[in-house]
Amino acid sequence: MESEKEHWDIIIKPRDNSFSLNLGETWKYRDLIKRYIHRDIVTAYKQTVLGPIWYIIQPLFTTIMYMFVFAGIANIPTDGLPQPLFYLSGILIWNYFAECLGRAQGTFLSNAGVFSKVYFPRMVVPISGAISTMLKLAIQVATFAVIYLYFYYAKGIDISPNIYILLFPLLILMTACFAIGTGIIISSMTTKYRDMGILISFLVSLWMYITPIIYPLSVMSERYSEYKWIIALNPLTPIVETFRFATMGTGEFSWASLAYSFGVTVVVLIAGIGVFNKVERNFIDVV
Amino acid sequence: MSNIAIKFENISKQYRLGVVGTGTISHDLNRWWHLVRGKEDPYLKVGEVNDRSSKAISQYVWALKDINFEVEQGDVVGIIGRNGAGKSTLLKLLSRVTTPSTGIIKAKGRIASLLEVGTGFHPELTGRENIYMNGTIMGMTKHEITRKLDEIIDFAGVEKYIDTPAKRYSSGMTVRLGFAIAAHLEPEILVVDEVLAVGDAEFQKKAIGKMQNISKGEGRTVLFVSHNMGAVKSLCPKCLLMENGRVSLIGETNNVISRYIEMASSKNISDSKDEWITSIDERLKIKAPYFIGESNQIQKIFSQGESIKVVFEVDFIDEFKKIMIGIALDDIYGNRILTSHSIDDENFSISKSLKGKIRFICDLESKYLSAQSYNITFGIRNEANVSIIKSEVPLAFSIEPTRKIDGNAGILVNAGHWDMEL
Repeated sequence: MESEKEHWDIIIKPRDNSFSLNLGETWKYRDLIKRYIHRDIVTAYKQTVLGPIWYIIQPLFTTIMYMFVFAGIANIPTDGLPQPLFYLSGILIWNYFAECLGRAQGTFLSNAGVFSKVYFPRMVVPISGAISTMLKLAIQVATFAVIYLYFYYAKGIDISPNIYILLFPLLILMTACFAIGTGIIISSMTTKYRDMGILISFLVSLWMYITPIIYPLSVMSERYSEYKWIIALNPLTPIVETFRFATMGTGEFSWASLAYSFGVTVVVLIAGIGVFNKVERNFIDVV
Repeated sequence: MSNIAIKFENISKQYRLGVVGTGTISHDLNRWWHLVRGKEDPYLKVGEVNDRSSKAISQYVWALKDINFEVEQGDVVGIIGRNGAGKSTLLKLLSRVTTPSTGIIKAKGRIASLLEVGTGFHPELTGRENIYMNGTIMGMTKHEITRKLDEIIDFAGVEKYIDTPAKRYSSGMTVRLGFAIAAHLEPEILVVDEVLAVGDAEFQKKAIGKMQNISKGEGRTVLFVSHNMGAVKSLCPKCLLMENGRVSLIGETNNVISRYIEMASSKNISDSKDEWITSIDERLKIKAPYFIGESNQIQKIFSQGESIKVVFEVDFIDEFKKIMIGIALDDIYGNRILTSHSIDDENFSISKSLKGKIRFICDLESKYLSAQSYNITFGIRNEANVSIIKSEVPLAFSIEPTRKIDGNAGILVNAGHWDMEL
């Protein structure tokens, strides 16, 4: 009887099939999340001359390339928007997504050293990755704003943001959650069989082309309406389109598609955390 | 209310041998299919005892098998055993880096594990930033670290470099800083794995002192894995011996250590006792040397003051003109206690050429030896002064105390003659 009454703080059991999100414990480690973010930001551009300016250079050059290749050679329209603004708006969301995904995807393999020595909720790593990447996003959004103002005042182009701009934090949160969810599912699958990692890395590079980054969704409706459903199924599509609509007034925005995107994000994230928590307990035996 | 801090109940851990590849998919699918139907994992029934020297038959091996023990609060327990006996696996389970295959571990309070010092150190961050980084990884809050920051820096002795990136640190400084953080964690249970093997002598002493304070002064529970018997002895009153994935003995440290020494040596002596081993020089064969005491019996445990003879049985297949035998005696901490070479002994000479079976006997100055366990290594050289055979594994014997008082033992005992002048 005595032993049943006893209180144990830690109980270590074999892994079972129960599904748990383990969010409470992750919350206890919020100081560690802050530390990781701090570390990422401090160390990102150590021993570089240009430092965070690289965050600006990289999307600008990509934009110039896109203007040349897709708008110039391939002649894909940009919904009547100035080309730099059109491409940059897509690129900054896609970059944020791709970077969060990459960070989450590498959670187990790139942290094997630390994970094999110390226990803490492994979700700390993808979460802090998504948050620290926001710094880069913020700088790129600022760049976007500067170019936006240039076109608005200097060129007098008729673009204006509307009330939907208030959705912006939600869009970013959705992008982050969707990237984390997808990334940790991939991460969980690749600890033992690394084939998945090879497959996924090239699938992700193709993914950009089914997201309206280099073309507006309206083009798909006009020219390839029978394939439009593929693009519409992509949960990132409503996010990009909503962002363009909110900032520049063109693009296909509907609450229904945004709600669909939100639903997919929630499902992917919960499924991801479940799978991830199961793998994290034994990952070090198979990595 | 009992005082148990950690309780291991039927803990086992199974590992798969070989590489991960196509062969493992079928097992994974089969296991998954069993689990989906709510059945037991079929591969948990197989697996063999963890003995790395014998060839594996099954694909699975039990790194730990049916571990049951309890540790009381405030106990400092050493865990010893040969490489691969399962010590580190045990600590990994306790630090929740991996989960057991069966069984439950229950613990009271926070567990901090020191499987490595400086986990999560980033070379670009300064010492101060790394203290925060490493401390939070270990489970401290920012507030706790800030409170202890000065103490940590002081203990590590890196004040001058605290705002320099860690990549400029010497390896010793990194280790000191890492240990200093861990030592100030204040967990209820501290798990330490051989981290003291690094750092200079002064720092090792400091580290052991700190760990003693943690256990004695603050009543925390410590589990300490080490091959350094000296450290185990000075730190842990209790000890646990692991053998092939099982706990083979728990008890008072001295008893457990001597059992360990005996275990480590008994194997190779009995293995080759009656076998003739050929040396590099094919003209000479030798049997594993053994020890005889005053009763002329082969024995491994002697009482203090008893004469101890090391006997080498050598078979000269072809003629030898000269031979040199040397032995060295070490204590279990690896300190060399004495050496003796046949060539240095003026009373020993080889008058005629050697042929056939001959016994060489070395009578040790055993009356000076203190009561503890010893390891003997030997080597033989031929006429050309070429080493033709030497012991790969030390042979061991131990001396039981018979002294009339419990003075400080020292390396030598009774090494003085007493007289009285009126």
